This record gives sequence, structure tokens and C-alpha cells, in this order.
Amino acid sequence: MKPVHDILVSIRDLRVSFRLDRTTAFEAVKGIGFDIPVDSTVALVGESGSGKSVTALAILGLLPKENSTLGPDSRILYRDRNLLQLAHGEMRKLRGCDISMIFQEPMSSLNPLFTVGFQLIEVLAEHVGLGSRQARTRAIELLREVGIPEPETKIDAYPFQLSGGQQQRVMIAMAIACEPKLLIADEPTTALDVTIQKQILDLIAEVQKRRRMSVLFITHDLAVVGEIADHVVVMRDGEIREQGPVQRIFEAPQDSYTQALLLCRPQLARRPRRLPVIDDFLNRAPAAAPDAPERSRGLRGDEAIVIEVRHLGKSFYSREGLFGKREFKAVSDVSFKLAKGKTLGLVGESGSGKTTVGLTVMRLHEASSGQVLFEGKDLLAMPPGVAMQYKRRIQIVFQNPYSSLNPRFTIGQILMEPMQIHRLGSDEQERRNMADALLEKVGLPGTSFFKYPHEFSGGQRQRIAIARCLTMKPDVLICDESVSALDVSVQAQVLNLLQDLQDEYGMSYIFISHDLAVVKYMADQVMVMNEGEIVEIANSDEIYLRPQHPYTKKLLSSIPRGWRGPRESPIAPG
Amino acid sequence: MTTATSHAESPGLWVLAWRRFRHDRVGLVSFDIVLFFVALMAASWTGLIASDWAREVGVSNAPPTFTGPKVASARLEHAAAPEPLRRDKSDESAAVDPLAGVLAEIRASRPPAAADTEIVDPLADVLAEIRGRSGSASADETRAATLIFGGDKWGRDVLKKTIKGTETSMFVGLAAAALAALLGTVFGALAGYYGRWIDDFFNWFYSVFTSIPYLLLILSIAAVLNQKGTMTVILILGLTGWTGIFRLIRAEYMKHKVREYVQAADAIGASHMRRMFVHIFPNVSHVVLVQLSLHVVLFIKSEVVLSFLGFGVGVDTVSWGSMLNEAQTELLLGNWWQLAAATAAMAMLVTAFGLLTDAWRDALDPKLK
Repeated sequence: MKPVHDILVSIRDLRVSFRLDRTTAFEAVKGIGFDIPVDSTVALVGESGSGKSVTALAILGLLPKENSTLGPDSRILYRDRNLLQLAHGEMRKLRGCDISMIFQEPMSSLNPLFTVGFQLIEVLAEHVGLGSRQARTRAIELLREVGIPEPETKIDAYPFQLSGGQQQRVMIAMAIACEPKLLIADEPTTALDVTIQKQILDLIAEVQKRRRMSVLFITHDLAVVGEIADHVVVMRDGEIREQGPVQRIFEAPQDSYTQALLLCRPQLARRPRRLPVIDDFLNRAPAAAPDAPERSRGLRGDEAIVIEVRHLGKSFYSREGLFGKREFKAVSDVSFKLAKGKTLGLVGESGSGKTTVGLTVMRLHEASSGQVLFEGKDLLAMPPGVAMQYKRRIQIVFQNPYSSLNPRFTIGQILMEPMQIHRLGSDEQERRNMADALLEKVGLPGTSFFKYPHEFSGGQRQRIAIARCLTMKPDVLICDESVSALDVSVQAQVLNLLQDLQDEYGMSYIFISHDLAVVKYMADQVMVMNEGEIVEIANSDEIYLRPQHPYTKKLLSSIPRGWRGPRESPIAPG
Repeated sequence: MTTATSHAESPGLWVLAWRRFRHDRVGLVSFDIVLFFVALMAASWTGLIASDWAREVGVSNAPPTFTGPKVASARLEHAAAPEPLRRDKSDESAAVDPLAGVLAEIRASRPPAAADTEIVDPLADVLAEIRGRSGSASADETRAATLIFGGDKWGRDVLKKTIKGTETSMFVGLAAAALAALLGTVFGALAGYYGRWIDDFFNWFYSVFTSIPYLLLILSIAAVLNQKGTMTVILILGLTGWTGIFRLIRAEYMKHKVREYVQAADAIGASHMRRMFVHIFPNVSHVVLVQLSLHVVLFIKSEVVLSFLGFGVGVDTVSWGSMLNEAQTELLLGNWWQLAAATAAMAMLVTAFGLLTDAWRDALDPKLK
């Protein structure tokens, strides 16, 4: 462990509140205090709304002046200077040089109109005061340091010519250009694929070691924390629930919330019948015993088949020149079978075509080739009128519960509409009763019927979306990243709900996700996709234990595994 | 939520917008002014006020009361002075007229039936009808020397004319904006939602419309319709004014059609029309509303311009534009009140409506908050 006597930043009694309108204020951070030692990584962990990003913005002095107020006793000491009382100009100088930041979305943090070299050189010229030739040489060095291949040519590339991982590397290069003492990384890998995430995490750890700087790493993902942090601060609702060295947090968490966070995530090693949810811990309810029977997954091979997909293909065309067009194969030659009452997991990185498969199977996208056999009939060849009757029986739950519900409809309208379209139920009263029953089933109060989606949290909205699918009593439910946008604790609740519904109604799921741990927990069979093609398909226990294809192996080895005992040697460069 | 309100509808977009709007003081004042004008329009429409606007109650060009009758009498004397010149018709032939010989020749060459007395005033019937309708008696009743806001050439009360003009101008503005918004929304929805050749078709249509200079387009439509009147003006403005709304709504539909809630509607089996107008439309309706009120302002001004140019409302109706048209000649004589009244009324309404539109946009657009 690092010596803790040398403190770089110390935060004391930080209070931040935002004014919502004339009368009400919302206290986002409620008097927190922690230290960032020199040459170490501190992880700030919490779910959305915990105040972790607000804390980072407060350190940088980037809180919006017009509607935020700081508590009178709040102090952020940086080498004995209170950052909250620095003059604007001084703070600005400090912000570029001593303290720098990388953001979640590399795509929107880089200016798309300038080359990455221009943007890097701008930083160097502004804060270090290098001449243009020196700055260019230095920029190339920096790009090489963050692992950009061929930095001499890539320096003249525009952001769109780089991949997401490379863009994040450029952002890191810009952040470390002025040799900062403190690097604040706000969810730097959340928007990236799992293999890229591993590279970026390794890079941050490596840069931190080499430059002996401090890193404040903000994330919601405890598995990532276990890989990178020395100290962990767990926040919830603007308060610190627990803080301490990473080993103690992972091995002997004191706080019930920390315990919950650690156990709510599905783990690769175990598959309990039901995931523990946060309330189990906060209410001190008897948690499931660790040796409770686990759910067994997998197909035996004699199950009834609901959907059989044969040689499915989907191409998109982009215009090229005056008359030409270029074909882009999003999905090519995909075949699989979905067993009744079972779950097929579909994993792959962004751009692998997994969502396109889901949308094409239920005819939300038109397929370019192939067949989808549902009860022996080809769905794709049906005229639209006939397909309508089958459409009802395959439903989809989308990724983002904030955009998949029409904001102008009440929950009642949302639930009643499918029944009205398909004439389910004999009259309005019966439909109303069915809607009320479904609300109860997904665990929402009956008063929700008259409310609008914006009055619900993300997890509740996802429940509403699930209830909307259930109104049509589908045989197949496609879950397209349905829990990816949710907080860890809410994720567990929704996964439990989906599992309960499958047990009760015997629905088949196509579970699409980039999150390999969730897929491992939910799926009987796993299908790995890469660049529009199926790489491997096998029973889920099989594929996680004995992956055959090199891509599957690479994917599985990239999963952050959390705390795995003390790290003796510095992490090898990725 | 308390139990008492647990069964009430939760606030939707419009209720929330109204709550935000209530804090906007400028918006509220503008709203009151616009409401006042709308009330004025309604009252004038139903004949509660200003139904006798065409009565010639004052002397010709009667000045406003607050400028005092002195000016008025001086002006009257001045106007009466040249009269003796024409008093004696019999003297006419006695005066030395260099063209007398020619005139006599012309008169002699005409057939006797076509005497001057037989020339029929083409507007006589219309005028009689107007007079009859407005209930004005003959010109011999006593006329006021001054009127509150002055009178026009025929001695009609400018205040009442302005109120009647408000009715015409506002009706034209509202109806034309509604027509333009309807066309723009339907075209934009079809083009933005379906894309492909339907989009191409409407874009061609749009390009053709916008490539013609605006005034020329208006004049050509006016020529095709070939009749004057309020409905014509509404049609002209509505048929030419949909283009801007079309572009905006098209963009909104392109943005919304790929949203997940629309895909979800597809998944539950909603038809295209249902997706377009039941699902997407409520989400873009605030854009339509703001555009609608912007165009009301625009069209009120356009009506004024059209009437000023003489392509506007007919002679038997009064609008702010026709008042301004009359004011051209009056202004040369120093009679400014008709101009002032029409301009003040228009400026007040247009400014209030513009500010109201801004306030609506702020209230309806949660991103700005």
C-alpha cells in the first residue's frame, strides 16, 4: 500500500445544492469528506444521483454558477490552498495544468472540426507555452505514450477517423499533456466495449504509475474499481456510505449498501435462483444463504422450438457517387433456434449486429435474406396483414426506458393501446382490469395508471415497458440491452422480474447484451456475434468454461473481475 | 401524492408548461393584451361594438378631440374656401375655355342618347347597400366637428374603423396561420415520416414554392383567384406560408420516427397513421403551436402589406392595411390620426403576440430550462 501521509487533495464537509426553481433546492452532496493521497488511485463509486460527478465538478470549479450553491464550511484543499476560494483566473490555470479531466463520451469531448493534433498542440501551447514545432514533437510523443499506432500520421487525423478507444486515448493524451498532479476520470470506459475498456483501464493504470500522479476514478462499476483502485469511496444520495482501502471494501465491507452493491451484480462463478436486491440488505432481511440451490441452465436438445432462424441477412446501403451505392452487411448468414421457455443470450460488441438480428426477427427492420420460421411459417414472407397476428406474439423491451415510452401518454394509455389495437378483452372495463393486474404483476402501484412516464425512475419505466409487452401475452420476448442503462441495484430487480415472468408464463427470451456477466446469469444458450456473423453458439456453462473461438476467449478475458487479491506487480502495459 | 389527489390525472406537458408560463411576467402581460384583442375581435364579429363603423358621424377629416376644435374649424374654412369657384354652373360656358370648341365638336359628334346624365355610377348600388346596412341616414344629419380619435375623409370614426380593422386583420392572421400550419404539418409529417420518394416529392414542391420571389408568388395567386376579399387573402397567405413550417415539422418527424417509442408502437402493431398522428404528433405539437403563433404575427403584417398594395381585402371591408392605404393621401394634408391608430393597434398586437410566442416557447421547451 502507498504511504498515506502525503495528501494531495483533501475534501472537507463539501455541500453542494442546486436550485430547482424559486422555492425548492436539491442537496446533491451532503457534507462529504475524503482525501486523495499522492501517487494513488481513488475510486468514487455510486449509482446515478449519488453525487459523484458533482463532487468531481466541484474540485474542478466547474459547477454551474447560476443555480448551484456551496455550503459555507465546504473546503477543497489542494496543497493547502482552498480551491473553492481561488480567483477565477488562478483556478483556470490550475485546471488545465495541475488538475485535468477525461470524460465519459470521447466522441463528444473532441471537436469534430479539428485534427487531434491541432487540439493537442492547442493544449500544449496554451498551458506549457511550447512553440509550434516543439509542441508537435511533444504531441507525437504523447500519442505514442497512450498507445496510438503510427502517431506521426494519426496526429493529422480527424476524430471521426479514429475508433472510440483511440479517441479516448487521445483524450487521455490531452489530459496528461501538462503533467497534471491529479487526473479526474469520470466514467471513462462506460461508453466503450469490454475489450476496449480493458485496454483503457490498463493504460490509465500504467500512466498513473509512470507519472506518479493521483487519479480520481469515478464509476458505477465495482468490478472496474477492483481492478484499478487503491482506495474506494462509496457514495449514495450525496453521502459517503463507506470508504477505505480497496482490499477491506471488497473483503470485509462494513456498510450494508456496499455489501448490496457487491452482491447485486450477477457473477460469473455463481447463478443463484434469485439475485439479491438492495432492499434485502438495507432492511437487513434474511439474505439468501450463499449455499442456496443454484439455477441450472442449458438445453438438453429435446425442447420444443418456437422460432427457427435460417440464413438471416441484413444489408444497409449508402449512396456513393451519383448512382453507385455501397453495401454494408450488418448481419450475414445467421441461423439459430430458440427453444420454448428458454433464454438465448446474444453477446457481441457494438456494431456486431446483435440488435439488428433482434429487430429483423420481429420485422421492425426488413430482412435482406433468410427465413424466420414461427410455428413452421415464414414470418418474413408474410404479407403485412397476416404478419400482424404474429407480430403480437413477439415483443421487444428496448434498452433505454427513457425513450421507449411515449412521454405524452399516461401509463394507462400505454398499457391499453396494444389491447385496443389487437382487440384483446371484450370492453374497456375488462382491459382496464387487465392493465391493473399487470401493473401489480410488475410491482407498480395502481395509481401509476394515471401518471406520465417522466414521474418514474429508470427501473420503474423498464417495468412499464415489460408490462406493455405482457398485455399482448407474447410467446417470445426480445430484451435488447434491457438492463444495460439501469443502475446495478435496479438491474437486479428487473432481472429477477424477467426470470419470474419466464417461470410463470413459459416465455422464450432472446437476451441481447454486451454485458457478459448478465448474459451468463440469464441465458441457457449463448450466441457470440462479431461483425455480423455468428462466432460461436453453445450452452452457457459450456461457453464460459471452455470457449472455442479465439474471439470468444478474448471477450471473456476482458471482463473486469473485481478484486482478486493484492496486486503485487504493476499492471503490465496493455 | 396524497390520497385525495391519487386518482386525479397527473400533470401532463401542457399543465407543466402552464405552470412555467405563469412565472413569466412579460408573457402574462402579452397574453392579456392578446386576449384583449381577441375579445375585441369577438365583440366586433358579433356586432356588439363598432357595427356602425361606416356611419359618417363627423365632418370630413374630423380631428381628434384632444387636438381641439380650433384647428378643426380653421381646416373647415380652408376646405370651404374654394367652393365659390364651382358654385355657379351657368358661368362655366362664359369662362374662357381654350378647349371649348373641341369639346363642343365632340359633344356634337356623339349620339344624343349618350348624355352625361346617363352615366351610371357603378358603385351606386354597393354604396347604397352599405349605407343601408350600417343604418346611416342621409348626410344631412348633424355632424360632429371632432371625434375621439378623429375621423377619415368621409367623417367615419377612426376608433371604430380600427376596431373593425382589428377584426379583419386578426381573423385573416389567425385563419391563414391555421391553414399554413395545417398544410405544413401534414406535408412535413408525410415527408419526414415516410422519407424516400414521398420526401423527395414534397421537397421538390417546397423548392419550387420557395424559388419564386414571395411577392410575385402572392401576386400570381391573387391573379389566379381573381377576386378580392377576406377569403382570398387568407388563401393567398395560407397557400404560400406553409413552407417554413413544413421544413421544421419534417425535421421533427425525421428525428422522432427512429426513436424507440415509435419502434415500440410498431412492435405493438400500431398503423403508420396511428404512429404519425397519435404517437409522434403530440410530441411535436409544441413546435406547431409556436410556429402557428409566429405565423399569426407574420400574416397580420402580410395582410397589411397586401391591403396597402391594393391586393388585400375588398372596398367594403376595413382592415389595418386599407386604413394605412388611405392614410397615404391623408398624411399629405397633415391628417395623421388614421395612420397613428392603425399603426398603434398593429404594433401593440404584433409585439404582444411575438413576446407571447417567446414565452410559450420557453414554457414548452424543457431543454431551455
